Amino acid sequence: MNSTIKSALFEYTLRLGDSPLILGQRLGEWCGHGPILEEDIALTNISLDLIGQARAFLSYAGELEGKGRTEDDLAYLRDEREFRNLLITEQANGDFAQTLLRQFFISAFHYYFYAELKKSKDKTLAALAEKSWKEVAYHLRHSSEWVIRFGDGTEESKRRLEDAIDELWRYTGDMFDMDETDRVLIAEGLVPDLSPIRKLWEKKIAEVFETATVSVPENVFMMSGSRKGKHTENLGHLLAEMQYLHRAHPGVSW
Amino acid sequence: MIKKETVWSILEEIPDPEIPVISIVELGITRDVHIDGDSVTVDITPTYSGCPAMGVIEKDIIGKLKAAGVENPKIKVVYSPVWTTDWLNDEAKEKLRKYGIAPPEKASHDKSLLTGKPKIIACPYCGSGKTKLISQFGSTACKALYKCENCLEPFDYFKCH
Repeated sequence: MNSTIKSALFEYTLRLGDSPLILGQRLGEWCGHGPILEEDIALTNISLDLIGQARAFLSYAGELEGKGRTEDDLAYLRDEREFRNLLITEQANGDFAQTLLRQFFISAFHYYFYAELKKSKDKTLAALAEKSWKEVAYHLRHSSEWVIRFGDGTEESKRRLEDAIDELWRYTGDMFDMDETDRVLIAEGLVPDLSPIRKLWEKKIAEVFETATVSVPENVFMMSGSRKGKHTENLGHLLAEMQYLHRAHPGVSW
Repeated sequence: MIKKETVWSILEEIPDPEIPVISIVELGITRDVHIDGDSVTVDITPTYSGCPAMGVIEKDIIGKLKAAGVENPKIKVVYSPVWTTDWLNDEAKEKLRKYGIAPPEKASHDKSLLTGKPKIIACPYCGSGKTKLISQFGSTACKALYKCENCLEPFDYFKCH
């Protein structure tokens, strides 16, 4: 593997690790606060899956980089601008509807994305994608059922879902942005083109929204920037909490 | 120098920390054993990415091998082939049932997961098929929570994966 490809693959694998890491941290905030016990357990179970995926991707990113950085170094010792997680993953939990809608958008994306990444010529990425894909299928089912229940539920639950759609829709475009890193790796058959994945995602969203009796927004300005480490204000606050212990006590271990 | 068979028989004695009626070998977590001179490496694969039992399992393997005289046993986490409940044999499934966990129904990637068509999961206590899914996410990452409408007992179902 030449050095251009290798450094692109490192960059890409960071993205793959950072999104589940940040979303996992967000979902962990629900621990002990779920509306019912089963949902408290569900959200933290999903969080656990995501942290597990993040660990595997970040460990691999560290290997690709070859500078001896571990998953912990990458998670705890990078600053905001060095994070490559999707903008939607760092958005605040809001209410239960907003958390589940965010989950639905991301899980639907990951479901179709990992299904393609499974075919990567990079054996490690292919294996991690296959494992993550199986787990994400459960997350997708869980969150889509809730979206339907909110939309087709009471006036209150529908209003909350619609508010959440207004809040989050603008961050969905960022999931499908592609840059030079993507192009280099797509050409090598290492990662998938996101355009056909976007079509599948849009179809899934339209289907679930129709059943939920809510409409898909049109002509909304889309935020972007995660590929370059340009984040919303939310990420800094999240990192402060997530990284505090490790930075206050360097080298601390469980 | 320790023999491969000896290492495997040691591993077979190690129970899964969360489901102690089956061993980590029966669960399919241990994938391979490599012996090179005095060095012993055990390949293991997680059931779920975030399975918190992995740390305990690693410690158990290292501890048991050291007790058997292996000086510096190593663990390697592998991800391919991806763990599946298809690796549980009928004997292991029967052990799960007796322990009160409904074993996974065959065919690992469960299409009904996305179509939402419910599968019939028999109650491990009374055998009734009149059961209801309470939550896809149960007491551990690998289990879902069900309730039997016949004997009214709640029970765990080991998810197909």
